[in-house]
Amino acid sequence: MSAPDFLRLDLPALVAAMLACGTCGLLGSFLLLRRDSLLGDALSHAVLPGIIAGFALTGARSGLPMLAGALAAALAATVLITVVRRAARIESGAATGAVFTTFFAGGLVLMEVSGARSVDLDLDCVLFGQLETVVWLEAQGWSSLLDPAALAHLPRQLHLLAGVAAAVVLIVALLWRPLHLLCFDPDYAAALGLPARRLEMALNLMVAAAAVAAFEAVGSILVVAMLVCPAAALRLLTDDYRVQVLGGAALGAGLGVAGYALAGPLPAAAGLTLSLNAAGAIGTLGGIVVAAAALLRPRAAAGRREEPAIA
Amino acid sequence: MTLGYNTLVVLAGCALLGLAAGTVGAFALLRGRALVADAVGHAALPGVVLAALIVATLGHDPRDLPPLLAGAAIAGIAGVLSVQALARTRRIREDAAIAIVLSAFYAAGVALLSYVQTLPDAAQAGLTKFILGQAAAMRAEDAFWAAAVAMLALLLCLLLFQRLRAACFDPDFARVLGLRTARTDLALLGLIVTVTVAGLQAVGLVLIVALLVLPAATARLLTFRLPRLLLLSAMVGAVCGAAGAAASAIDPDLPTGAAVVLVGAACFTLALLFSPDRGLVAEALRSANRRLAMAQDHFLRAAWEAQEAAGAGPGTAGDRWTPIAAIAAARGWGEGRAWRLARWLALRDLVALSERQVHLTPRGAAAARRAVRAHRAVEHHLLALGAADTAGADRLADLVEHGLTPEVATRLLPEPSALPASPHALGGRP
Repeated sequence: MSAPDFLRLDLPALVAAMLACGTCGLLGSFLLLRRDSLLGDALSHAVLPGIIAGFALTGARSGLPMLAGALAAALAATVLITVVRRAARIESGAATGAVFTTFFAGGLVLMEVSGARSVDLDLDCVLFGQLETVVWLEAQGWSSLLDPAALAHLPRQLHLLAGVAAAVVLIVALLWRPLHLLCFDPDYAAALGLPARRLEMALNLMVAAAAVAAFEAVGSILVVAMLVCPAAALRLLTDDYRVQVLGGAALGAGLGVAGYALAGPLPAAAGLTLSLNAAGAIGTLGGIVVAAAALLRPRAAAGRREEPAIA
Repeated sequence: MTLGYNTLVVLAGCALLGLAAGTVGAFALLRGRALVADAVGHAALPGVVLAALIVATLGHDPRDLPPLLAGAAIAGIAGVLSVQALARTRRIREDAAIAIVLSAFYAAGVALLSYVQTLPDAAQAGLTKFILGQAAAMRAEDAFWAAAVAMLALLLCLLLFQRLRAACFDPDFARVLGLRTARTDLALLGLIVTVTVAGLQAVGLVLIVALLVLPAATARLLTFRLPRLLLLSAMVGAVCGAAGAAASAIDPDLPTGAAVVLVGAACFTLALLFSPDRGLVAEALRSANRRLAMAQDHFLRAAWEAQEAAGAGPGTAGDRWTPIAAIAAARGWGEGRAWRLARWLALRDLVALSERQVHLTPRGAAAARRAVRAHRAVEHHLLALGAADTAGADRLADLVEHGLTPEVATRLLPEPSALPASPHALGGRP
């Protein structure tokens, strides 16, 4: 494959996959350690009506209104889950299931009613992701990487993804210690005077933002794979907080790149005609990594203590 | 919408499906397994795609439902087993395991689907309908299959009723009786897989979990008794299924799963708001009633004590009218609030109202005497115990006196028949 082709077709998608999966992998560890993995599942579904509403109100598929709508929907969903759990007195899993399926269904109907589906945002994007459509047509060759005029035409999804990834990395770096405490000893954190509820809210909003940014690249449901799989694989292998969180991000980014490469470019380079949906390949790879970690994890460590505390 | 034979059969099939899903969902919710259906549903996708691929390769019609459902069931069972295997590592809890399995299996399904779509023959025809459901595309025989599988699940549920009930409500007791809850749980998982698979075509694998959770959660808000809960849950499920099929018949572009879920969510919201004992509206009304009863007690007692402070008593020669402003001052209320309460009490014939002054009627005096006795009973008790000083006893008594029956008040008082004096000065608050 020639350099311009690689730059036009593969590089943007590769970078998008890496950013989306890396961001989700970074946040996934916090969700897993807080025993809140289902919230990632819930939020990635619940943002749909917000995305559609943001799209329908502005009529444009631009990042910020959709992001704002999605964050509002995510907030509403987390509040509703708490209300339903308390009022109906059902376990949080069932309350989560009731709320996020309703939001997702509402989003689907909104998509049908608002006409968003026929225009630009289609169902396939929600269900399967559209990594393949992230292209940079202005690229002429390696020199384009340094050419401001060409760089200005980088795909819109990349701007959003890069912005969210930078924000998430910055916030996680700033809140490194408080998040650590929140994950392992929420009571102690509260006793120290940490605003635990605000931290939780910040975490949830970051997850929602990552879900929106990744949504266009890997699809609504596969965001879940990236939120749980890297974190779970690391959880099986390590007891170290730093390794868990940073490793989750690295593994996520690696899975994104490897999955994309396996789906199209590698088989093509090998002369095969096989071409798979990239998001599907990434998610499958995530599952395989977890299964491998479960099988290969150090048995001695597993047998020593039931639930070792991470230091 | 034409009510042809096909439409009617599909409608009935979806209603039966909802009936079964509601019943199984009730047990799943009670046993804390509701979300397993989410894992099963998503995990079914690769099974469906592989089954279609195999059937097409063998040269049969890939739209035939039984092989697709069999593939879905096998993949669903594999999904459940993976969830259990991951949860056994103890490092990953069941909720995370469910999220891993549903997303990874679904991803595999998506990858397979994209591969099948590149094949020349029509193996992929209609497979995406399984994701969000499209009841309008169902043929009568598909509906028969779905209904038959659903009925099988329902029948098994009724046969296993005793065991399921024991496992849901008192697993320890069930073990003592010699019932094996592990086996019952396995049966319940089997039932969940069965209804989930039966509902794939009508509701779709993404949202099928809602058909198990929402009717059961709705019924849970309305009743505490298991037979009634099962019946309600089944009925709500049937309504959801039928409404979804109807919506799909009216607008074939509408994903049926979304319609089913929104009907279920509407039922759940109505129950959440208006359930007689657990609804938010009933709860708000109860708490407003409590607050009103408290304010009423406080008002009457303040009116009584104002008389007492002036050395007069209701029915005596010095019986006087009390300005509402004085009552407001004694309670620390705004005048507007005291005035509204006075009007309400006048409506109930507990006070007479004239020129911004109140006077206890005979009924009001009796109620006021009860309130005063209850208040002083608590005060005296707290003081006798040394649990509070005078001001503290007054404040605490304000909080707890309202539930006190006259008999209990009498037992707490030092002079049971008489009305004891207040331990503190009457009138304005300290």
